[in-house]
Amino acid sequence: MTITRSRPRWNTKKIASRSFQYLILSLVVVIVFVPIVILIFGALKTRGEFMTQPYVPPIPPRWDNLTAILTKPSYDFWQMLLNSLIVMLSVTFSVVAICSLAAFVFARMEFRAKGLAFNLFTVGLMFPINIAILPVYFVLRQLDILDSLLAVIIVQTAFQLSGNILILRGFFTAIPAELQDAAYIDGCTAFGFFWRILLPLARPALGAVAALTMIVSWNDLLVPLIVLNSDKLWTLPLGTMQFQGQYGQDLSLVAAFVALSALPTIIFYLFAERQIVSGLTAGAVKG
Amino acid sequence: MQSLPAIPDIFKLKRGAGSPRSFKDALTIFLFLLPALVLFLLFVIYPIFQSVYYSFFDWKGFGPAEDFIGLGNFKNILGDKVFMIALRNAGLLIVFSLLIQLPLSLLLAVMVGRDLPGRIFFRTIFFMPYVISEVITAIMWLFLLNPNPERGFINAVIVAFGGEAQPWLGDMTLVLPALFIALTWKYFGFHMLLYMAGLQNIPQEIEEAGRIDGANSLQNFFYITLPLLGSTIRTSVYLSVLGSIQQFILVWIMSKGGPVNASETLATYMIRFGFVRFQLGYASAVAIYMFVLCLTFSLIYQRLTRQSDYLTGL
Repeated sequence: MTITRSRPRWNTKKIASRSFQYLILSLVVVIVFVPIVILIFGALKTRGEFMTQPYVPPIPPRWDNLTAILTKPSYDFWQMLLNSLIVMLSVTFSVVAICSLAAFVFARMEFRAKGLAFNLFTVGLMFPINIAILPVYFVLRQLDILDSLLAVIIVQTAFQLSGNILILRGFFTAIPAELQDAAYIDGCTAFGFFWRILLPLARPALGAVAALTMIVSWNDLLVPLIVLNSDKLWTLPLGTMQFQGQYGQDLSLVAAFVALSALPTIIFYLFAERQIVSGLTAGAVKG
Repeated sequence: MQSLPAIPDIFKLKRGAGSPRSFKDALTIFLFLLPALVLFLLFVIYPIFQSVYYSFFDWKGFGPAEDFIGLGNFKNILGDKVFMIALRNAGLLIVFSLLIQLPLSLLLAVMVGRDLPGRIFFRTIFFMPYVISEVITAIMWLFLLNPNPERGFINAVIVAFGGEAQPWLGDMTLVLPALFIALTWKYFGFHMLLYMAGLQNIPQEIEEAGRIDGANSLQNFFYITLPLLGSTIRTSVYLSVLGSIQQFILVWIMSKGGPVNASETLATYMIRFGFVRFQLGYASAVAIYMFVLCLTFSLIYQRLTRQSDYLTGL
């Protein structure tokens, strides 16, 4: 005999509550979109139109501001985009490589100071970059690497270690120990197991960590703000802030710049949403 | 193992030490941890100690720190009204977040629920502000919060409903609520995501059993769902408090801590003294206060909740 699970019936009460749910949720969707839509409207208007009627749709759309930002050399948009890309890719590569090595040790190997070393890394969670930026600035100055992309890359990487080691350790621990035993019996070294078996199995986890790191690095303003001086080195967030400061009166031009600098993130998010979500929830929610 | 002294003792294996196999493993452990340890010690741990050192000096950042003033900086900070405002603002942001932002996120997570058609659509939209950078969020909200109702959307809506346009970021009492609105827009989706994942882990049968036993949906929520969501809620509260203590970019761009320090946060206070006024000894002491605050909170919170595995919210 099979037991079928009782399905909620479609009575009026159910329909009313569903409609209420959709009503509230749609309202929140609107609230989320209002700032974004006004920004996009603004980017497609002339300065005068933005001043006199900021909320009406831009009909006809004016593409002048967008093309100006993409083509005018003095705005440096492409240079900033390139700088941001260099930083993001370097940080992501370093974080994935360094964290997976460390997480492997914490998940899979036993040694005397394991607890101590692991606790050391968790201290990093309580010392976020917003608090640490001044102390870190002293160290960069002593090393004489201020005003370089290298400094931005190193600092962003260092402050991504703790969280991502913990996330990856969780994923690595979930891989069955029998696999490791079998690999060792077959003469595999620890590195061989790590490289040929663990990493390929953990690809979704690495994807999650990479996607999260990309977002954090791409969006970071604080480190470039404190570390970089030369405008040739500015990353996109820093450039956006400076652009707003310099051309703040020309609202539609600022809107165009901001919209263009938001575009890569939003496109990336729509493609990598699954990875980002799984990384975050693996980090913060236990089963 | 006297012939192989290169690896510090602590990296050696617990059991079976001495065989060639275990030496190789110890080497693996050492080399695997080396890059993380070097970066972490040099750029996270060492700066803490260095800041403690500088915090004892009256130091402008040029030349060596020589003017030792003991705990002078720490005393002066506590005597500064602006620091107290920053501390109060951190407290207010925490209270606002816990009373408004988190319940709102939880409510939305419950509404989206487990089986609502379109739940992935809503999740994708609601979480989007979290991935948009703080700079962009700040500038978008600067547009919206413009005091002139013909330019600022929020005031336009208020006027349309017969209200009076508000100066928002230019007003000493409204500036913090205005910033909080922008912060909530950006972060509610993150907390909602955590709650959705937490809800996913609660077996549906338990709630069904409650329903069969005659609990209405409100009772079901308060007596079944909420307690089972405990660990997720504790994590989200923890991240929210730490986030409120170190709030910086959004405030720095939207109000610069003003008007007249009304929206100063601990981080804007530290940056102002460190990188605008170049009182680096003093700013180091502020950093130490912030660090101690976060550390104390973390340790007490973890002790109280008997949960020690909170992760970063990035």
